[in-house]
Amino acid sequence: MNTATSQARELTYAQAINEALAIALERDDRVFLMGEDIGVYGGAFQVTGGLYERFGPERVMDTPIAELAGAGIAVGAAMTGSRPVYEFQFSDFATLAMEQIVNQAAKMRYMLGGGVSVPVVMRFPAGSGTGAAAQHSQSLEAWFAHVPGLKVVQPSTPHDAKGMLLAALDDPDPVMIFEHKLLYKSKGVVPEGYYVEPLDKAVVRRTGEDVTIVATSIMSVRALEAAETLAQDGIDAEVVDLRSIRPIDRQAIIDSVRKTSRLICVYEGVRQLGIGSEIAAIVSEGEAFDALDAPIVRLGGADCPLPYNPQLERAAVPQVDDIVDAARRLVGGRI
Amino acid sequence: MGYVEDKVDGMPAVLRTVPEAAWRDALRKMILVRRFEESAEQAYMRGLIHGTMHLSIGQEASAIGMTMLLSDDDYITSTHRGHGHCIGKGADPKRMFAEFFGKETGYCHGRGGSMHIADVSRGNLGANGIVAGGLPIAVGAALSVKKQGRDSVVVCFFGDGANNEGAFHESLNFAAIWKLPVIFVCENNRYGMSMSVDRSTAVSHVSQRAASYDMPGVTIDGNRLIDVLQAAEEAISRARAGGGPTLIECETYRIRGHSKSDRNRYRTREEIESWGARDPIALFEKQLLEWGFVDDAAVQAMRADVEDEIKAGLDFAQESPAPRIDELTRDVYTAAAHAPQRGTAQ
Repeated sequence: MNTATSQARELTYAQAINEALAIALERDDRVFLMGEDIGVYGGAFQVTGGLYERFGPERVMDTPIAELAGAGIAVGAAMTGSRPVYEFQFSDFATLAMEQIVNQAAKMRYMLGGGVSVPVVMRFPAGSGTGAAAQHSQSLEAWFAHVPGLKVVQPSTPHDAKGMLLAALDDPDPVMIFEHKLLYKSKGVVPEGYYVEPLDKAVVRRTGEDVTIVATSIMSVRALEAAETLAQDGIDAEVVDLRSIRPIDRQAIIDSVRKTSRLICVYEGVRQLGIGSEIAAIVSEGEAFDALDAPIVRLGGADCPLPYNPQLERAAVPQVDDIVDAARRLVGGRI
Repeated sequence: MGYVEDKVDGMPAVLRTVPEAAWRDALRKMILVRRFEESAEQAYMRGLIHGTMHLSIGQEASAIGMTMLLSDDDYITSTHRGHGHCIGKGADPKRMFAEFFGKETGYCHGRGGSMHIADVSRGNLGANGIVAGGLPIAVGAALSVKKQGRDSVVVCFFGDGANNEGAFHESLNFAAIWKLPVIFVCENNRYGMSMSVDRSTAVSHVSQRAASYDMPGVTIDGNRLIDVLQAAEEAISRARAGGGPTLIECETYRIRGHSKSDRNRYRTREEIESWGARDPIALFEKQLLEWGFVDDAAVQAMRADVEDEIKAGLDFAQESPAPRIDELTRDVYTAAAHAPQRGTAQ
């Protein structure tokens, strides 16, 4: 048994989710999966491939194209002793199910005075970069993060994709997991077997002294790449992967900004009223305010629907170069 | 309209399956629902209750008839007009009053009010402020039941207004393709707020919608408890036996307005009075008297007993403590100590 080899095992992000789902189905007979084309087809992004063959149609349930009832059935099942995982084929299709997510799943416990919990997990393939245009590319996670009662996470690595999904399945409340589609093929070290990652803690991916970059989802990957370029300029960036946007790890943001005195927020959702707006507010209102040496910078999605043309599509969301450029100007005193 | 006549000695067959005491209990519950709502309305008029409420006065037969055969292991989902369903499923009026009064002792600890009162411990998965909001949840509960190998059923109440919502159609289809033990009960009281079902709905009977989902659909006289019970028994038996869902349309009428803001501009006094003459409580009481299950003295005693319960409930509600302001955000999430092992509602 070569422990070192097994611990260094690499999986893609999609494989890591698949493994988490398999472990959950194996260890807990309350767990089942629902979604469009998740059975024989294996899911639009092949995340559930092989699970239908292994666990059968009662545990891996293809649904009609009916997101409102699909999501609501998962909510009702979760209220009555089941642990459903509902896959939206694209996060954009959650618009069809907002009633059940926002009015029912999020509020049921509170409305009923604590008489019930709703341990439902929903998965949302999100984000742009696939040439799928305006109705298949959005990053709507901030909408959900605005709703008390939900938990909203955005794992950025295969390791976290597995550990946070398993944690979500052990959580008593509704957990919304936003998975960036471009991450599905990214690779990383994933431990074998069962483990959980917290649903409320940010992670410092790279320590640095000069500027804090707080990023979500794929933007934390881009921020790390930008940090390597910046290092060649002598700029030492700290990258905080937020991982969860509800609850939000305020202390991790404050601690980093107090150290570096500069803050860039990077996220793919539309810039205004987005996650970066909340991060900026946390710093402005709190104990990190006095530490700031420069204005806060928000890099977010452009103020338009996601376009089809690849150059336009790239321009619509922050890229590595945008982060590098913003950090150079911020540290150079040009913002 | 009406039920299949299968009479033994001039009485419907369903009488053979329900003990005499259950009939008396049903009449008492119908009276209790009526008096609960009338008393809540009075308290509202006197300024003791704020917000709004949706009264089901005139619809008691469908609420009680559909819940009579259920146990605590069975589920219901309810609506904004849900006080009758709630009492039918075993809730204590005193904690319902307390919820109306916004008190900590209410079923929702003052967080829900009239539109969310539910005793979850008795299998009530909640009244619901969203038209058709409860339908997918009911189907989800039925899916749990099937997966867990239980013989429970789910009774899903909704109004005629819900039958044009997408959630209605999606839910019926899901229940049918997965053959789930759910009974869809449309309380057709003729109006979705002000819009009559004749103007809102393409088919003449909501039960016709069942054909699209290949499930049995029936329209019954929702003001006659015996008819409701007969349809309920058939649908519940089918569901428990694995035969899948049923759509039951109970034709009834709400005597009061939609909510407290309603000025009844969309219907005539004559129409309201004609339905008032078919009061479900009077109809059922008359039947029980005819069958000799009660006499006048017993009904009088029953009414007096209900009055005592109502008074005690109102006193309890008024004397109960208000929620603590510093507990405003309690129960937004499940505290670790309360995390359920297998969902708290089962």
